[in-house]
Amino acid sequence: MTDTPEVFELLTFRLADQDYAVDIMSVREIRGWTTTTPLPHAPSHMKGVINLRGTVLPVMDLADRLGLPPRGQNDRNVIVVVTHADTMTGLLVDAVSDIITLAESDMQAPPEMATGPGTAVVRNLSLIEDRMIRILDLPAVIARPEVSAA
Amino acid sequence: MNTPADPMAEIRASFFVECEELLEALQDGLQTISDGPEDAESIHVVFRAVHSIKGGAGAFGLEALVHFAHRFENILDDVRNGRMGVDAAALKVFFQATDHLADLVAACRDETPPPQARTEELLIDLDALLGADSPEKTPAPAQISFEPTPVSLPFDLSDDLPPLPPLDAPAVQEPSATSRGFDILFTPNADLFETGSEPALLFECLAELGNLTVDCDTSKLPVLQQLSPETPMISWSLSLETTAELAEVASIFEFVEGLCTLAIMQRTAPDPEADVTPSPEQPLVAQTDLAVEDISAIAPAQKAVSTPAPKSVVRVDLDRIERLVNLVGELVINQAMLSQSLETSGLSPHSDAMNGLEEFQRLTRDIQDSVMMIRAQPVKSLFQRMARIVREASFAVGKDVRLVTEGDSTEVDKTVIERLADPLTHMIRNAVDHGLEDVATREKMGKDPQGQVRLTAAHRSGRVIIEVSDDGAGIDRAHVLKTAQAKGLIAADAMLSDPEIDNLLFLPGFSTVTEVSDLSGRGVGMDVVRTEIQSLGGRVTIHSDPGVGTRFSISLPLTLAVLDGMIVEVAGQTLVLPLNLVIETLTLAKKDVQSVRPGHPVIEVRGTFVPVIDLGLQLGYRAAATDFEGTAALLIRDEDGTRAALIIDDILDQRQVVIKGLNDGFYRAPGVAAATILGDGQIALILEPSDIMNQAFKTAGTPPPSALAPPPAEGLHP
Repeated sequence: MTDTPEVFELLTFRLADQDYAVDIMSVREIRGWTTTTPLPHAPSHMKGVINLRGTVLPVMDLADRLGLPPRGQNDRNVIVVVTHADTMTGLLVDAVSDIITLAESDMQAPPEMATGPGTAVVRNLSLIEDRMIRILDLPAVIARPEVSAA
Repeated sequence: MNTPADPMAEIRASFFVECEELLEALQDGLQTISDGPEDAESIHVVFRAVHSIKGGAGAFGLEALVHFAHRFENILDDVRNGRMGVDAAALKVFFQATDHLADLVAACRDETPPPQARTEELLIDLDALLGADSPEKTPAPAQISFEPTPVSLPFDLSDDLPPLPPLDAPAVQEPSATSRGFDILFTPNADLFETGSEPALLFECLAELGNLTVDCDTSKLPVLQQLSPETPMISWSLSLETTAELAEVASIFEFVEGLCTLAIMQRTAPDPEADVTPSPEQPLVAQTDLAVEDISAIAPAQKAVSTPAPKSVVRVDLDRIERLVNLVGELVINQAMLSQSLETSGLSPHSDAMNGLEEFQRLTRDIQDSVMMIRAQPVKSLFQRMARIVREASFAVGKDVRLVTEGDSTEVDKTVIERLADPLTHMIRNAVDHGLEDVATREKMGKDPQGQVRLTAAHRSGRVIIEVSDDGAGIDRAHVLKTAQAKGLIAADAMLSDPEIDNLLFLPGFSTVTEVSDLSGRGVGMDVVRTEIQSLGGRVTIHSDPGVGTRFSISLPLTLAVLDGMIVEVAGQTLVLPLNLVIETLTLAKKDVQSVRPGHPVIEVRGTFVPVIDLGLQLGYRAAATDFEGTAALLIRDEDGTRAALIIDDILDQRQVVIKGLNDGFYRAPGVAAATILGDGQIALILEPSDIMNQAFKTAGTPPPSALAPPPAEGLHP
């Protein structure tokens, strides 16, 4: 193949039988499930906080955040620790699948669709072996959504 | 000189750190002078501080700062030499000049344009002081107009350099017969220039004493190719006609002592024609010896006053301390984990391992205390800033106010000090603006026309108490009540007790003053003060006596890093409550719990009714419990005396926990202050009981305003 001007390395993972990906540069580590300490009155997608070697790490139920049915607590779930703007967040996903390399041309913008909790956070779509990979816009996922019930 | 190369920037930064210390010393010195009789020591300290700032500023080419500091120093020099007395008016100007000096330092540090207009204003004030204070003296010393035009030394590097022309400072030729002649040989070392001293300035000072002739000896200068610009090769011989004593002449060189070869010789007879130009080859040894003797004769006296207690201090980057604090935090957590696992392993409590563990526990605690002490700083710097606020505020509203500080050596965590500055400023301004009456009213009331604002700090039962009090009129409760009603903050028919009315001041959007003064009405209300203090884990309370004054009391934790906590279990979750708020633990029986109306349970504790808060329900962990039989409860009381009984499932432990901050990304719920890591590695939330009480009373739908939330039961049984 010709050398592409810019390639992206992505970490893919599965969530409710769907494939998602995040930029691998933002991934700090992947760790197994540990019991979270729930935060009172937090939005439902905030699972709580865990102890990550002495720092308090908030963990987000990604499925719930994306509008999928929330995942139950499950031993096989993993937490993908991502950093954005100097803060770390744990994303609870079903399973990590692969690391893929994509060129700019392999990605396409998601078609315009009705807005919902899951649409604004998907930045690009890509197709690999007939599976659609949803590339997440991490800042949008982590950003505290403007809480309406303030 | 002002090339902003990197190493320079570092030196610059340390200069500004030094400046802060010097300014603090300056403030201190002035305060001492204003408090007690004029003493030479404080004046020296003050003078030295200004001089050092000037010297450093000169080295960095901070013209504006040098300009002002120089003029300020001149006046202080007159005070030092007894040519000028210090009265209240002079002190006021000195304080203002100090404030301005601090502004200038800040402006230079942030590289913002210096407040030029204010400089001029103050210089006029300073000059006026000189003019007013020394009319009987010969006008000359007072009128010397020191244009700080940098004296450029003409280096033309030829062997026959023309002697430096006498400086154009007006010569003071006292007609008195006590005129003496001095010959001074002055050869600066390289160090002298490194410390930012400038021979020309020294000569200017000499010229101030009398008739000065300066000769520059350039014979040691090598040819240009061999010239090392860092090595001073020039020496000066000066001859001075003055009435001043040898000590006075020597004192000019006080700051360059040890940085130069200096010889001061007093001529036996006044010799107005003195134009002795010692040949460069003249053996200097004898003179130097003499000089050393002379100086050492003066030096002890000066040393004695300048450095009362030499304490060696290390300046450490805050980041490093931060790291140490974090590491110690880890250590404490680890120690907790270790002891937990040893306990569960079923070892005998008298085994060596357990004994060792106990020792380990004690050591950890000691280390922790010591590390916390590194972060602790006296509140003095904060109080000094407040002294300035009082001066400015009282000037702005035309009141005569004295600030009395107490306990300024009380040590508080550095972060607390930094974050306390804004709320405290606001409270001080409030005290001056709203708290104190104007002079006329005070006189009518038979009070001292000079108002008093007291600022005190003290350690009390593991917390720091900072109080701001005034001797003003106290809170006008009728007015407060009316304003609150007019603004719709409380119901028109609400019956509030006096403390409740006082607490209305903390409501967002409350301001008693109808016309917003530029002093305290800056949109920062007492609610912001309260929020800021609460975010530091502190509480603020008001105490007011009509006609006697108002007192704001801030209670803060000693450190932001550890907390003595009570570890409890609620609905399967482990939670931590600050131990100092827990006053009692209770086990409830069914008959203890009464209901004021449905959903408002209260219990009776020795004759008074206390509202019951179900912690599990309040935090959303579980549905409301219906049966309180046999449940444990903690009776808590926050700083303003509000009490409540928190329903919990179990008390697990009582121990020191390390506070881990929760930042805004954590959806921090009201009532949750921070988190900590327990011995088993799990995270437990640290609760803020007063928030929980407020929250509970708000959701319970009681009419009184949420922010103060007087418990309904207390209203019934005052």
